[in-house]
Amino acid sequence: MAAPEPILRMRGIGKQFPGVRALDGVDFRLLPGEVHALMGENGAGKSTLIKVLTGVYEIDAGQIELAGRPVAFSSPLAAQQAGISTVYQEVNLCTNLTVAENIFAGREPRRMGRILWREMRRRAAELLARLEIDVDVTAPLSSCSLAVQQMVAIARAVDIDARVLILDEPTSSLDAGEVAQLFRVMRRLKDQGIAILFVSHFLDQVYEIADRMTVLRNGRLVGEYRTAELPQVELVAKMIGRELAELKALEDRPPEPDGAPLIEARELSRTGAIQPFSLTIHRGEVLGLAGLLGSGRTELARLLFGADHATSGTLRVDGKETALRTPRAAMGHGIAFCSENRRAEGLVPGLTVRENLLLALQATRGWARPLPRARQEELVEKYINALNIRPADPEQLVRNLSGGNQQKVLLARWLILEPRLLILDEPTRGIDVGAKTEIQRLVAELSGGGMAVLFVSAELEEVLRLSHRVGVLRDRRLVAELENGEQLTTDRLMETIASGAAS
Amino acid sequence: MRELLRHRLLWPVVVLVLLLLLNVIYNNGFLSIQVKDGHLYGNLIDILRFGAPLILVAIGMTLVIATGGIDLSVGSVVAIAGAMACLRISDLGDQGAVGGVLGAIGVALVLCLVLGAANGVLVAAIGVQPIVATLILMVAGRGLAQLITDGQIITVNSPPYKLFGGGYWLTLPFGIIVVAVVVVLTALLTRRLALGLLIESVGGNAEASRLVGIRSRGLTIMVYTFCALCAGIAGLIISSNVSSADGNNAGLWIELDAILAVVIGGTSLMGGRFSLTGTVLGALVIQTLTTTIYSIGVPPETTLLFKALVVTLVCLAQSPAFRAKVFHRRRRRPPAPAPSDEIDEKVSVAT
Amino acid sequence: MTTAGLRRGLLRGRRPLPRRYVPVLVTTGLLIAMFAAGGVRYENFATGQIVLNVFVDNAYLLVVAIGMTFVILTGGIDLSVGSVIALSTMVSATLISDGWAPLPVIGLVLLMGALLGLGMGAIIQYFEIQPFIVTLAGMFLARGLCYVINTESVKITDPLIVALGETHVPLGPELWVSPSVIIALVVLLAAIYVLQYTRFGRGVYAVGGSEQSALLMGLPVARTKMAVYTISGFCSALGGVLFAFYTLSGWSLHALGTELDAIAAVVIGGTLLTGGYGYLFGTVLGVLVLGLIQTILNFEGTLSAWWTKIVIGLLLFAFILLQRLIGARGGQAPPTPS
Repeated sequence: MAAPEPILRMRGIGKQFPGVRALDGVDFRLLPGEVHALMGENGAGKSTLIKVLTGVYEIDAGQIELAGRPVAFSSPLAAQQAGISTVYQEVNLCTNLTVAENIFAGREPRRMGRILWREMRRRAAELLARLEIDVDVTAPLSSCSLAVQQMVAIARAVDIDARVLILDEPTSSLDAGEVAQLFRVMRRLKDQGIAILFVSHFLDQVYEIADRMTVLRNGRLVGEYRTAELPQVELVAKMIGRELAELKALEDRPPEPDGAPLIEARELSRTGAIQPFSLTIHRGEVLGLAGLLGSGRTELARLLFGADHATSGTLRVDGKETALRTPRAAMGHGIAFCSENRRAEGLVPGLTVRENLLLALQATRGWARPLPRARQEELVEKYINALNIRPADPEQLVRNLSGGNQQKVLLARWLILEPRLLILDEPTRGIDVGAKTEIQRLVAELSGGGMAVLFVSAELEEVLRLSHRVGVLRDRRLVAELENGEQLTTDRLMETIASGAAS
Repeated sequence: MRELLRHRLLWPVVVLVLLLLLNVIYNNGFLSIQVKDGHLYGNLIDILRFGAPLILVAIGMTLVIATGGIDLSVGSVVAIAGAMACLRISDLGDQGAVGGVLGAIGVALVLCLVLGAANGVLVAAIGVQPIVATLILMVAGRGLAQLITDGQIITVNSPPYKLFGGGYWLTLPFGIIVVAVVVVLTALLTRRLALGLLIESVGGNAEASRLVGIRSRGLTIMVYTFCALCAGIAGLIISSNVSSADGNNAGLWIELDAILAVVIGGTSLMGGRFSLTGTVLGALVIQTLTTTIYSIGVPPETTLLFKALVVTLVCLAQSPAFRAKVFHRRRRRPPAPAPSDEIDEKVSVAT
Repeated sequence: MTTAGLRRGLLRGRRPLPRRYVPVLVTTGLLIAMFAAGGVRYENFATGQIVLNVFVDNAYLLVVAIGMTFVILTGGIDLSVGSVIALSTMVSATLISDGWAPLPVIGLVLLMGALLGLGMGAIIQYFEIQPFIVTLAGMFLARGLCYVINTESVKITDPLIVALGETHVPLGPELWVSPSVIIALVVLLAAIYVLQYTRFGRGVYAVGGSEQSALLMGLPVARTKMAVYTISGFCSALGGVLFAFYTLSGWSLHALGTELDAIAAVVIGGTLLTGGYGYLFGTVLGVLVLGLIQTILNFEGTLSAWWTKIVIGLLLFAFILLQRLIGARGGQAPPTPS
């Protein structure tokens, strides 16, 4: 393949959010007629880069050129009109309208203001036939599978004369056949000279479809590679990276646990979320879960807390079979769950630090048995000090705290319950290094005190440092359970993640 | 000072004080309160007394709105409660019998509880939007009230019932005492007990509340039931005051006034944080506005115009979009805290 | 989250093609059943004129419900319609009795309604306040203006208006409708054309389906939303004019609670209150159901008028449950925070 001039070129892109540098001097280019994968873990800056490119955010530094001319988009619509179309996993179409209408909404063929339905259907059918998509254009979009909906979105984008097509995690909810169909369409578009930016968490898919890839980490560019020249293990290493230097080493790894099994999952699964898995967590044990974003690590954790219903399998707590139908039931067994999505699933932003801290405890007591004020203040003070929450003002609204301190509030909320199993889903994501170390130290202490911890993290260093055992997930499957000993290294973990087998 | 300026009850208080001042200018003796025959009389007492039903309804509405819902059916419930009580009393052999009257009141309030629970079940268990769920009872309830009264205005002649809304006790109008009791009880339930915290949590973030194990379904049903109970008591006061029940007109538009009172009191229609004090102030603002319009000689018909104005102003003042567009200095304040954990999430609801 | 996406995916997997027609079919069945029951039970019921009378008595409601359908299709609501009807009758009656010519007055009233709607739509769109609250303020405003103009009922004696109100347009032997019905049907046809055959009309559905998507697809969302409230305001004013033909008076207490009737007609007609799904044909059926309930109660004689409200309430309940059952989207959502 000859290297033509890039259709899109981004240089030195910088984007700052309060407290976080989301993108820092990132270069990126996209050639016509290629599928280019954008790779990176949570917080790497992928989404920010896409949002910057499509006009959702303004850039703080750098420049964007489209077909050699500098551009700045004020909105996704402006980007679309310039030829950059985006198709998201959550399809941005109107499912109440028909397929044909979704393709032509706002651009319907008309005569004297009257929509020519027949003409519209004919053109929609032609367009879809060209992409080899077999679907009834008069059917409402809601009756189509998600895959077809995505392809309809793509068809719409292509028909608007897209030169750059961004596919943001289009395959997350598709089955293998649908993915194949999508890839067929993508190849066809590629042959027509369209540049496709592809984001996926499935390494196999990336290696199947992408010509080149750009890897980001922590808002910086790691590099641009030809897919064929970059082995999977190296890719994982580049995505995950190492942060050793920044963290003070923990004094000790937590002592080896000798507890009895606390919770045992047997062939537990949830359709579409996680394949059947079996897992045992012992008292006083830190079990780490490693895997890339979208590998099913959050889904597994949610099943153990009853946040979602399992579709098959059994769960034993203290050797007794139980169905955890609600979070409340799980809490009754001493299980606590700190979600990765602080804003949507953790904080009640309009309430104070004190109220957020005491929420779980109060929920278990019910509304009729309030915590005495003195006890409240005692608990709140204790945990604000223990976790070093800043500002140390219990009456501050929690929405005014920084990310790290919000995370500590959520942790404290669960610690107050003195749970037997604490599930932490990415507790250190998006927070500053100081708070990160504090939380890691806390996990070690808790486990030393006999609490079992399920620790989900994207950072392998962190997982290795804290865990007694490590479960590895890949493509919604628990592929390995490794004892954390001398011989277990980040390299070996990466290999397992990349290959999907405990070598 | 800055604390004071940013206090959320500042504006309702200011408006209330301004309204009272306006009255004083027109009538120097406006604030005076006299004792006649052991009863308190005065304009302020009247405002409280005539505002009593609205305060009651608004208190119940506050909790519903705090859960992120709304209850449009309170006006109908007001009518039903009055109708039911008057029907039972008019069936009594001796309308003066205290036991019979209490029984009638009991029946009426139980009916309200059932209706409220039905609203709650529709919202919490079946998952119908609150505005739609309560619309049903808003429409059907009026018919039900008229069905109970058989389309007539039932008049009763019952001294014990008259006491409820028209009588005096300990020099105060009985209605004011009822309101005071309900307000204090609600405050105790929500603020002394943990009900308020859990309601605010459900309204502020329903998913987070589920994940900390709050039984939001039961809580929501309870709140709608309580709201209907408040409306029922208000209906009794209204009907007792005139010793009759009018299924058609009792409590007409009170749901709108109540929502208005809640909004003026600083509780957001999006749910979450609520303020009972604010709601009481809001209800008093509305009642004082009505009184003022009468007393300064503006035609009473214009009350609705003023209400329209107040609704618009209050909502505009609470609208972030409006503030952003009108007061640019908002930009100089520190921007909203870092979306640090969100910057890498989907654009599903971008812009 | 993925789980939500999946659930949606699964729901989409069902065969929903006939689903969107179910409410309309149910309403049609209901209407036929009611008419048949009436015909069996009462003499002189199953005649053409009974059906036509339902139209005659409810022409104004039909026009208002058409406007309401536009608003509800976008996922909004308009509580001001009843008050705008009253205001229109009041303004018309007052101006005409002051000696204005009727046609300019009607034009002025229609303009007033449209502007009121536009104003509310603009506030909803640009200040992001819930439609419910904004149109509530509009309701207070319009009703209040009525009282300011006149607290008494004002009679209309203008010959043209009286003629429009009392003329019988013959449709056959012993069959007639009023001119208002003709006007209402013209509005209906125009509205159906707009919804089905113009970009604006399809935009209304798109906005109701997903405002976010409509925005990203480049549809003029702001304009569409303001336009539907303008249309609703215009329809309310026109409904008020027809109401004035019908009652030959202007009064501040006219059409109390008509907003509820209009919303009920739209919902019974199968339009989803969350927006995006529904047809004007259904709205017509909804209006006819409401009118037929009234007619049956009139025939029954012993049944009192309040049964209308109870029956409407029960129907609302039934149809909302139906919507929850057949629609994946019933909305746990609180009243439309944008």
